Amino acid sequence: MAVTLTINGKPASFDVPAEMPLLWLLRDVAQLTGTKFGCAAGLCGACSVLIDGTRAFACQTPAGDAQGKAITTIEGLTEQPLGKALTAAWNEADVVQCGYCQPGQIVAAASLLKENPKPDDAAIDAGMAGNICRCGTYPRIRAAIHRAAALNAGEKA
Amino acid sequence: MMRANRRQFIAGSSLAAGALAVPVLTGHAATPAAKALAANTWLGVGADGRVTLALPKTEMGQGILTAVTMIAAEELAVAPADVVVTLPDGDAARFAPIMQDTGGSTSIRELWQPLREAGATARLALVQAAAVRWKVPVAECRAVNGAVVHAGSGKVLPYAALVAAAAAAPLPKDAPVLPASEYKVIGRQQRRLDGDAKVHGKAEFGIDVIVPGMKFASIVQSPVFGGTLAGVNEAAAKAVPGVRAVVKVADALYVVADNTWAARQGIAAAAPNWTVDPAKKATSHARIVGAVADGLNKPGFAAVDSGDLAKARAGAKRSFTAEYHQPFLAHATMEPANCVAQVKDGKAEIWTGTQVPGAARDAAAKALGFAPEKVTLHNRLMGGGFGRRLETDMVERAVQLAAQVPWPVKLTWSREEDIAHDWFRPAYADRFDVALDGAGKPVAWEHKIAGSSIMARLMGDKFAGVDDDVVDGLSAPLYEVPARKVTFQQVESLVPTSWWRGVGPLRTAFAVESLVDELAHELGRDAIEYRLALISDPRARHVLQTVQALSDWNSKQPAGTGLGVAVVHNWDTYMAAVAQVTVGADKQIVVKKVTVAVDCGQAVNPSGIRAQIDSGVLFGGSAALFGEVTFDGGAAAQSNYHDYRVLRMNEAPRIETTLITSTEKPGGMGEPPCAVIFPALANAVFAATGKRLRSLPLQKALESI
Repeated sequence: MAVTLTINGKPASFDVPAEMPLLWLLRDVAQLTGTKFGCAAGLCGACSVLIDGTRAFACQTPAGDAQGKAITTIEGLTEQPLGKALTAAWNEADVVQCGYCQPGQIVAAASLLKENPKPDDAAIDAGMAGNICRCGTYPRIRAAIHRAAALNAGEKA
Repeated sequence: MMRANRRQFIAGSSLAAGALAVPVLTGHAATPAAKALAANTWLGVGADGRVTLALPKTEMGQGILTAVTMIAAEELAVAPADVVVTLPDGDAARFAPIMQDTGGSTSIRELWQPLREAGATARLALVQAAAVRWKVPVAECRAVNGAVVHAGSGKVLPYAALVAAAAAAPLPKDAPVLPASEYKVIGRQQRRLDGDAKVHGKAEFGIDVIVPGMKFASIVQSPVFGGTLAGVNEAAAKAVPGVRAVVKVADALYVVADNTWAARQGIAAAAPNWTVDPAKKATSHARIVGAVADGLNKPGFAAVDSGDLAKARAGAKRSFTAEYHQPFLAHATMEPANCVAQVKDGKAEIWTGTQVPGAARDAAAKALGFAPEKVTLHNRLMGGGFGRRLETDMVERAVQLAAQVPWPVKLTWSREEDIAHDWFRPAYADRFDVALDGAGKPVAWEHKIAGSSIMARLMGDKFAGVDDDVVDGLSAPLYEVPARKVTFQQVESLVPTSWWRGVGPLRTAFAVESLVDELAHELGRDAIEYRLALISDPRARHVLQTVQALSDWNSKQPAGTGLGVAVVHNWDTYMAAVAQVTVGADKQIVVKKVTVAVDCGQAVNPSGIRAQIDSGVLFGGSAALFGEVTFDGGAAAQSNYHDYRVLRMNEAPRIETTLITSTEKPGGMGEPPCAVIFPALANAVFAATGKRLRSLPLQKALESI
């Protein structure tokens, strides 16, 4: 069947089974490799994307469930003001190490800031607990989210 | 002891994998066409005047790309972001005597001197070319911002205008490296050069490689180690839409498809059966770890045997014995094992992230029966290494498959396969029998170690009984004891074992720093003061005194809260840590804060050093608290992050790091924080609860009391 959805603002249609997880549609079919495979079980958050603005695990989302919805991947998010604030903050805090989990972290952070534009440490911890980083960048991610919140507020002001 | 392409890795603001091709220097003589200045096979200046660096090490997150580039940039007087960095193909011989293999916190230690010398040579060649052009003394010219400047006249020539002449002249000899007093880059905070590409999702990891015509594959290997493929429902696998091929080999099943999802579905539909060794299937976890512990009852081979133990014991006032046990660990890198390969017309081309590009290329050639020059391995960024990518099985598997299909294939392991078929950090047992004099100072020290030997596997017949990794650092420990004996007993089981971040000294650190903590407690001494009384090395004392001063060490902690200390010296680095943990009535260990002091000699990138400390504390802390792979019926019992638990953001402690200023030669930074955190946490749990945990993981050990 054809799955029709919007990826980073562009309508697209894919001839894939409806049950194919969005993760593999994005990575293997659409060749958007910024979204990462980590666990395929909703445990690590590396595959995080925004669906209609809210974070979802692409590995747990059948493509059919995304039918007609707006998918934002790291590639699209970082073209938007919030994504630019996040990447700038990530760079300022020199967050990344291996960097493999960071697209998912940034997508999760975008979802968090959309819901809570000025999160405190506890809100950050709660909002980011679904994303694993094996390199241990958590302390710098916390700092970067605070900074991104400030940058984002400044841009809106 | 440990172990890439034409798409170039470009460092800098315009960083995008594959964006720009630059000349990759291949020999001391500059290629005539490019007129590039080659200071060696990996560092030089291109015809366009840009400094080019073929990174002789691999990047797995440790920040070596940035640190190495900083050193090159310093000597060549350019900004780090202006250096064109490439990840070179696997070639074990190209960089000799530098090892392309990346592990054991060796990179900066290996490269520090030759890289600065190479940079200084290229700089002097450019300066000499300018001096000749201007007919002025060399001493009046210097390199500044990618150009050579003449002090007297103010004349300036960019490198691009000098490269051809510099390349045509003989390379200068004995070019002096810059003194530390002139550093403008080394020792200053430098943001990672690969950071911007990574935050935009544009950095290319091995798993992201796309080759024209490529198919996607999945693999399953016998859950019971050593099993062989017995039966497969091939028809069911082929009935999955998108499946292109089912490939059976003796000990694995592959399904190749139009996408990874179809390949994974194909594996599930194939429902393979395995012929397994009944003895292996009957091997319980208790038997495996029991055999390790029982190794302590064998004589072992002596690694250290100094002084007269019997005489020292005879004069001692008291003795103390303790035994410590450490489990098998998985690496669980965020990027699961994967590799892209094409085998065609007697040649192989491979794209993957590996810590050992040269060895991986050679392993692929051997697996295929090809000469190494028929195999090209394009190295890529790694989504974590931690030692897992020192093994080459994912590359050997990919070429095994690629040789049987007409397409390039991307073979991606499931997370479950990645954990079940990891090469595990060995389980170890350590036993101490220590005698103390009247002042509480150890005078006799017997330390027996038992466990799997990775070195024995690598060395084969040359292995003589003592694993040099297991006993690394024990010949010159921080704690000097007049009579000391250290023995190692190799114990192997069905479990494949390999390197894991922190390697041998991590095992030693947990055992020795737990023991010393116990001795302090037995003697009623303060854990830091007792260590200071035993340690004479001033750099070790300094890091200990620093955490003593900065961690609230002497303030009374609330009930259920405790501070634990540890100190390590390995990899030319000194590090001390104080961990603060709380343990509630629910027995859940919560790490609140970790205070670290490090003296790693001359700091290259302070931001990178601090990042490595965060990293080691959290990677090591995850394993110290939760990490354990058990084996049930001859197979790994853990399969994904739900049962191989790691720390998450909400569980991550505050980490405060102090860098000791030093001009000693740089030490390693990847391993030490991972080693120091295990005993610091165990000692903190003791301080918080009064329970001495002599086995890991700590959470399980505490709950079992």
